[in-house]
Amino acid sequence: MLEVKDLHVTVEGSEILKGLNLTVNPGEVHALMGPNGAGKSTLSAVIAGKDGYEVTSGEVLFEGKNLLEMEIEERALAGILLGFQYPVEIPGVKNIYLLKAALNAQRVARGEEEIPAPEFMKLVREQLSFMKMDGSFLQRAVNEGFSGGEKKRNEILQMLVLQPKLAMLDEIDSGLDIDAMKVVAEGINSLRNADRAILMVTHYERLLEHIVPDRVHVLVDGRIVKSGDKNLANELEARGYEWVLEESAA
Amino acid sequence: MSAAHAFLQRLGERVDDEPTWVAARRQAGAARFEALGFPTKRDEAWKYTDVRRIAEGEFTLADDAELDEARFAALGMPLDAHRLVFVDGVFSAALSDLTDLPDGVSIEPLTTAMRTNHEAIGGAIGRLAGVDFSPFTALNVALSEEGAVVRIGQGAVVEKPIYVVFASRANESARMSHPRVLVMAGARSQSTVVEHYAGEVGAANFTNVVSEVMLERGAIVDHYKLQEASSEDLHVASIHVEQGRDSRFTSFNLNLGGALVRTDLVTDLNAQGAETHYNGLFFVQGRQHVDNHTLVNHNAPNTFSNENYKGILNDRARGVFNGKVVVKRDSQQIEAYQNNANLLLSDRAEIDTKPELEIYADDVKCSHGATTGQLDEEAVFSLRTRGIDEQMARGLLTLAFAGEVMDQVRLPVIAERVERAVAGKLPERFNLADLVEVSDALEEA
Repeated sequence: MLEVKDLHVTVEGSEILKGLNLTVNPGEVHALMGPNGAGKSTLSAVIAGKDGYEVTSGEVLFEGKNLLEMEIEERALAGILLGFQYPVEIPGVKNIYLLKAALNAQRVARGEEEIPAPEFMKLVREQLSFMKMDGSFLQRAVNEGFSGGEKKRNEILQMLVLQPKLAMLDEIDSGLDIDAMKVVAEGINSLRNADRAILMVTHYERLLEHIVPDRVHVLVDGRIVKSGDKNLANELEARGYEWVLEESAA
Repeated sequence: MSAAHAFLQRLGERVDDEPTWVAARRQAGAARFEALGFPTKRDEAWKYTDVRRIAEGEFTLADDAELDEARFAALGMPLDAHRLVFVDGVFSAALSDLTDLPDGVSIEPLTTAMRTNHEAIGGAIGRLAGVDFSPFTALNVALSEEGAVVRIGQGAVVEKPIYVVFASRANESARMSHPRVLVMAGARSQSTVVEHYAGEVGAANFTNVVSEVMLERGAIVDHYKLQEASSEDLHVASIHVEQGRDSRFTSFNLNLGGALVRTDLVTDLNAQGAETHYNGLFFVQGRQHVDNHTLVNHNAPNTFSNENYKGILNDRARGVFNGKVVVKRDSQQIEAYQNNANLLLSDRAEIDTKPELEIYADDVKCSHGATTGQLDEEAVFSLRTRGIDEQMARGLLTLAFAGEVMDQVRLPVIAERVERAVAGKLPERFNLADLVEVSDALEEA
């Protein structure tokens, strides 16, 4: 589904990603781990299409198509959704409006009819209660005045409504208490299916207790230096990153 | 020869069979206009607004109101309303609809009102806006012929809006008009008045309107001014409001069109309990210039005013906001709030904003502020990552900026019109009126 090949990315003149390779297949959950500054968030930003990231070489394919040539919204319509580490507040735009506009943009792109209002409200209400959010959320402006945990839940709510093919979650666990973490993890787990891929960028192993990954990658200095199964995450938790660095240098 | 004199001379001698007192009023207006002259940038109130395009223009007065249904339909709003239509200032009986007026309500063209009831109307008109307010009000007095007169009797509640349309045609040569609007809202009456200025594409006319709104004790008036003149039209307006005890006036000053636009809005809160709400929105692009000057006079204790003006400027457009609140001596226990926020969508757009407070009493609650900013690019990105295209993302955020003002608009037809102008065609109403209904229905189910 997602193929990242020898990706080099420069931000403000300095190279952050230095030949990153990664393949994510449908049905898989990948965790990308690594110390601060390794380039974890850069990868998701490049895939989402954020400005200020210059791809100097390499390619990113999504379902065989060159992702880097697509507009930001085209990537979203193709089925990629990024859950932000720091979701932006959008004063004046109601959550409900964003959800409906985004869902309809997808449907129109697929050549379908816009969703009828009752069907939409039913869908949204179901997902809301699943995320343990109350109805007032819908009438509030996107993320405005939300606590950290509410913002993260809201990102997952958008995923549940929009049902992406590839869900990328950038440090979705940061700033969550254990209860919020459980709700968020449940939301993410409910997204798992044979056709969907999930790519999680995280610092901590804690999240991976709740969402068990198929593959764990260690990103150090712009490259994936080690990949393994879920046990790798446990090992990182126990031993830190130093041994991986030494091993890869050897 | 002064520019003002030359301006009147170009119009030539007018042959009218008006009563002498009307002719005398005209002459007084003309004399005052010539004495004041067109304002220049040296006048503080006109510092940022250059009216040479008006002063040097060659305009004639229209003498017909021809506009077929199709052309009118392209300009007017589908409002279920009592409707008065003027075409380049000339009354059109054919396009107006004054059937089924409620008891105690009279809506007439000025000429008719003057003929049938000249004592009541002649005395009221010009009482709030005489020849001294500005050169343009003087010019209006000199040249005004027609207008709308709305009288709402004591206790009358007018359910439908009173919709006054001023259509500006794409004429072969430029026209000008100097309409009057007079609204006399009786005690405890309730009404909504919409002044709609709509220009055809290619219209290049000059409109110079003076409106007076008088609210007696306990009257409630919602006043909309929706200005959608063409990109070549020149538009000068002043709105003068006088409020009696416990009356409530709500103004919506919505400017979307025009090449050069100036609006003055003045309210005198003359008795206890009077409250006024100023909601303003201007959206300008290209080389449009829109100037809003507002003034609230708290002439009595226990009066309230709240002003919120939002400006959205694109391209090389220019905006001016000058909002003044004056609290007279002994006007204690008043509240006055004022806010102006502007959104610049282009580096070359420009806004001059000046909130002013003059307070001569000590027991007051007042605040004012002005901000200017740009669209949040992070928010644009964030919306696009949800599949919303860039144009719509920017439109939504722009509309969100206008939200506080738009949320107050109680006529959906007007809200939709403004939404479309600001954000383009959206898949649905920004306030999601239909979804709210569905949601409520689900709640009950």
